[in-house]
Amino acid sequence: MTLIALPILLPFMLIIVLVFIRSTFYAKIIGVIGSALLFLVSVYLLILVSHNEMLVLQVGGWEAPYGISLVVDYLSSLMLLAASFIVFAVSIYAYRFVKAKRGFSMFFIFFFALTMGVNGAFISGDVFNLYVWFEVMMLSSFVLITMGAKKEQLEGGIKYLTLNLIASLLFLAGLGLLYGKTGTLNMAHLAQILNNDQQSILMNTSAMLFFIAFGIKTAIFPLFFWLPASYHTANITVTSLFAGILTKVGVYTLIRFFTLFFVQNGYFWHNLLLISAGFTMVIGGMAASIQYDTRRILSYHIISQIGYMIMGLGIYTPLAIAGAIFFTIHNMVAKTNTFLIMGIIKKIKGTFYLKDLGGLFKEKPFLAILFVISAFALAGIPPLSGFFAKFILIKAGIEDKHYLIIAVAVLTSMLTLYSMIKIWNQAFLRVQPSKTKVDERVKVAVFDYLPSALLALGSLMLGILAAQFFDLTLLAAKQLLDPGIYVEAVLNTMK
Amino acid sequence: MEILLSALTGLLYAGGVFLILRRSILKFIIGIIFLSNATNLLVFLSAGIVHGKPAFLDGVESDSGKLADPLPQALVLTAIVIGFGIVIFTLALKYKFFITTSTNDLDQLKNTDV
Repeated sequence: MTLIALPILLPFMLIIVLVFIRSTFYAKIIGVIGSALLFLVSVYLLILVSHNEMLVLQVGGWEAPYGISLVVDYLSSLMLLAASFIVFAVSIYAYRFVKAKRGFSMFFIFFFALTMGVNGAFISGDVFNLYVWFEVMMLSSFVLITMGAKKEQLEGGIKYLTLNLIASLLFLAGLGLLYGKTGTLNMAHLAQILNNDQQSILMNTSAMLFFIAFGIKTAIFPLFFWLPASYHTANITVTSLFAGILTKVGVYTLIRFFTLFFVQNGYFWHNLLLISAGFTMVIGGMAASIQYDTRRILSYHIISQIGYMIMGLGIYTPLAIAGAIFFTIHNMVAKTNTFLIMGIIKKIKGTFYLKDLGGLFKEKPFLAILFVISAFALAGIPPLSGFFAKFILIKAGIEDKHYLIIAVAVLTSMLTLYSMIKIWNQAFLRVQPSKTKVDERVKVAVFDYLPSALLALGSLMLGILAAQFFDLTLLAAKQLLDPGIYVEAVLNTMK
Repeated sequence: MEILLSALTGLLYAGGVFLILRRSILKFIIGIIFLSNATNLLVFLSAGIVHGKPAFLDGVESDSGKLADPLPQALVLTAIVIGFGIVIFTLALKYKFFITTSTNDLDQLKNTDV
């Protein structure tokens, strides 16, 4: 099963190739083709997983608890698929929207380094290896966020760097303590030890360090303040990529850790997760509704929607976890698309500020349709993907009698709808304010719409094929809630 | 030895937290270095220190209590290298920021907030 390593190896090979490419044109071509290949690999991995339940690779042939294991289960392969879909769309988008001073290959080198880190985090079965992938991801994201070297980008970069650095240090401290207590860092081995352990209260120090570290990376309340201070400063292509992928890696690790081995003291942890989820939703939603920069509205929205994913983990039933996974993937697709559309609007109108926008519905009806699909998918209007995601989560909450968080989730939906309608009214419906100067020479090619149309199609398909997709997420959730399967798959391969 | 190193870890954490709360960006970066070294020491200490024993013995069967655990040392080496990379990036960022804005004051960084 060497194939499992491909989501890491392929971006790595692309980086090596891109180092030697000077021509902007060839860099672009290699970037798009490379990410298309990556997408095909993840589709193939999902097919393999649906036949074999779980794929395991012991890197370098070292036996399971001693070497590094790469594990692909349903959750990993679904996340890989969604991430590589977004990477593919954004690589096409970058073709037209990134203005790189020193050649395009520089951008794509860090683009694929980020992809490599994200993919590595999704398939790693070892806590320290996960830390290394997080660092790969973080360092390349530092470079990408400060790419233009403008004043506000450097400033946003410093804020982004600081809090993510502290998160990494807490992560490292947590895994150090975990190793001290259990003597292993292999996730399956950890699960085996911790699930049979009576003194599980000792785990809480490590679990809390991990919770805070991933809480910062995931941008949950009250640890999210780096996100709205930095995301809107970067190039819109970079922002779209970050919005789609980065915080969701944190969600993935939270789901992985708190279903696989931090399952003791469930009452405390699930309540903590639910409380932070509730605050994350409400505060993100309210902060979004007072903003007028579209990128900032959408940045606060990322936070608000993270709350739903954490809520699914906090309710902790198969249905709720399935809902959380469904929601995460729906959100990755729809959220990236709204950012891409804001980039196109910026290209047409020259601004991100709602007060200066208007009249886009008449000028660019196709763009309006694309926006409606992803914005209303985010708000949860049937038959788009967000409706089913929220429906599953709320149904799970009612079945498990978590009425308060359900009320919060439904109210936050209203806030989301409000912000989306605000963008719709101000940017699309109303007449263009006369003081805005529109540069008539800027032409938007059909090619610019392509990635956005692709993602909008993704949102639509997730809505139309919701039943089939829900079955997949339910399989993933059932696999997660039975850590025995994971342990057996990883540790038994040494025989 | 372990008690001494634990105290040093605590001291480095305290100093690091103090320094990252300062206004100067340079002191802030030194704080980051302190914190990262404190964390490295913590990981290093996590398996306990076995005094004067090798990590590997060739062809000699031995019970594990007599051997030093090599894994935390390997982890720390990796973490130190990653830490170097990050500190260098932070310094480059600080330099570029200083060139662009000619300020070393973290309180001036309010333009991208609400």
